[in-house]
Amino acid sequence: MSETFEFTKEELAEIDKIKAKYPDKKSPVMPVLWLAQNKFGHVEPEVQQLVAKTLDIPAAHVYGVVSFYTQYYGTRKGKFVFDVCTTLTCQLCGGYDILHHLEDKLGIKAGETTEDGMFSIQSVECLGACGYAPMMQITNGVYCNHLTKEKVDRIVDDLKAGKMPEFEQIPFPQHQNESSK
Amino acid sequence: MSVDWKNFEPVLLPKIPVLHKIDVYEKNGGYDQLKKVLKDWTPEKVTNEVKAANIRGRGGAGFNAGLKWSFMPKPDGGPRYIAANGDESEPGTFKDRQIFEYNPHLFIEGAIIAGFAMSITAVYVYIRGEYKDWIDMMQKAVDDAYAKGYLGKNILGSGFDIDMYVHSGAGAYICGEESSLMESLEGKRGYPRVKPPFPAQKGLWGRPTTINNIETLANVPLVIKNGAEWYTGIGAKNHPGPVLYGISGHVNRPGVYEYPTGMSINDLIYDVCGGVRGGKKVKAVIPGGSSTPPLRGDQLEGVCMDADSLRTAGSMMGTAGMIIMDEDTDMVDVLWRISHFYHHESCGQCTPCRDGTGFLEKTLIKIRDGHGEMRDLDLLLDLCTQMEGRTICALADAAAWPVRYTVTRFREDFEKRVKNTVYALA
Repeated sequence: MSETFEFTKEELAEIDKIKAKYPDKKSPVMPVLWLAQNKFGHVEPEVQQLVAKTLDIPAAHVYGVVSFYTQYYGTRKGKFVFDVCTTLTCQLCGGYDILHHLEDKLGIKAGETTEDGMFSIQSVECLGACGYAPMMQITNGVYCNHLTKEKVDRIVDDLKAGKMPEFEQIPFPQHQNESSK
Repeated sequence: MSVDWKNFEPVLLPKIPVLHKIDVYEKNGGYDQLKKVLKDWTPEKVTNEVKAANIRGRGGAGFNAGLKWSFMPKPDGGPRYIAANGDESEPGTFKDRQIFEYNPHLFIEGAIIAGFAMSITAVYVYIRGEYKDWIDMMQKAVDDAYAKGYLGKNILGSGFDIDMYVHSGAGAYICGEESSLMESLEGKRGYPRVKPPFPAQKGLWGRPTTINNIETLANVPLVIKNGAEWYTGIGAKNHPGPVLYGISGHVNRPGVYEYPTGMSINDLIYDVCGGVRGGKKVKAVIPGGSSTPPLRGDQLEGVCMDADSLRTAGSMMGTAGMIIMDEDTDMVDVLWRISHFYHHESCGQCTPCRDGTGFLEKTLIKIRDGHGEMRDLDLLLDLCTQMEGRTICALADAAAWPVRYTVTRFREDFEKRVKNTVYALA
């Protein structure tokens, strides 16, 4: 029972638009992999073959790109992937506490996926939100900042109920507290 | 001497609500500088003005942007590119995303003016893949600029054509290195290239290319509007201009702040960020992202955030992503985490870096877990010597510097840890 992977006509039109941005046929591989991953949830070898065929480039090249960049899922992950930042500032501000709390809560370790295929946890390198540490990203998407154990619990419950956390706009501090000068 | 920062009004991220919308940006004088340049200025005049302003690259290297532009060869009719670097992966750095979110058109206008100065045909904006939401914001801003005729063919009837494309990375620190960024844009693994040839000679797809940081390009319209003299009058003499300080760690009010360069580190910690959490003392400050050497809390007096002052103090400006650590911080643990980062992010092309970062991490784990010996500290320093300057790109140096300077400047922390080790005499 092998799955088949194909792009629809609309997606192929979208890929043609992407191709027009670059002068050669190898260059669109990254955006097309993103498109494929957003559609299929991963870029396993069959999907890599599809991308290679669509762009008329060697599958080995596509594999090389997938294996270099951490955000491409060369193997399947859970429906929701928690990328918990533990680098430097997040480490200083308790990123590992958040990671371990999440591990205990879901009963898996970083790098693993829950049995029901719902959640994966990854300990990741700096995500560029150092001022709002500790933080995590959900499935290459929304950033959840200023995490506490309670906030993590809430996020997990919301996701179980099918509700994705919203984008948090963090105001620029200089625009707020004029009085602090 | 510290600069007058209390009366400084932000210009990169001014206090104007919803400035990210193109209509609001235009109402506040947006794209006027582009109109002025296209109407009256020559490309040479733009380059000279920017060179005179001495905008030092905000991505870390601190090179004069205008001077970099002047390295581009004469146009030969073929394509020429700008790669705008929004990879922003250096731990401690989170400033460019504020521009994507709050003032994207300032950057776009700056990039178009830079494009005019260098006869560029296309600008590729490289943004790290994790910034999905900010990539969408930037794409929206680019689409709006196209719709208003600031991008595309024959901009504002001037006969100048330029395109702008947003490219998403996919999680690789190394792609912030300029040649690796170009490899990534070309759809390859992000392996840095050997230089020379430099990007101005052979860059993207073998064509002349200039790579500038997002914040650097956002400064350009300000220079055109107010003149180089105004710009050099802000902040430190040899490193002028407004700068986005990203301050994080153990301070009461972390975040991104826009102030002149040359601010004293103590002012930033105590006046801007409200001091250290819990009223504790500062143990260490990393001034410009994880690769810049950390300074001890007791050597901060009089140290200012500009290239000269920091060089004298024994560090670098980097990306101005400051990380403050309080007196309870375990420097061994921090240094291990930094080394883990570089080990993870080494692309693996050069042996001194691929293996060196691994040895550094392993040795630090040994010390962290209480199995270290005195000689391991010498081993760490020796490893740094074997890595520095021996690789294609600067990642090996970026990995070695924090180790070298943390071990030497916080030696008592490391000695205490290894001396506690009990090992049998053979």
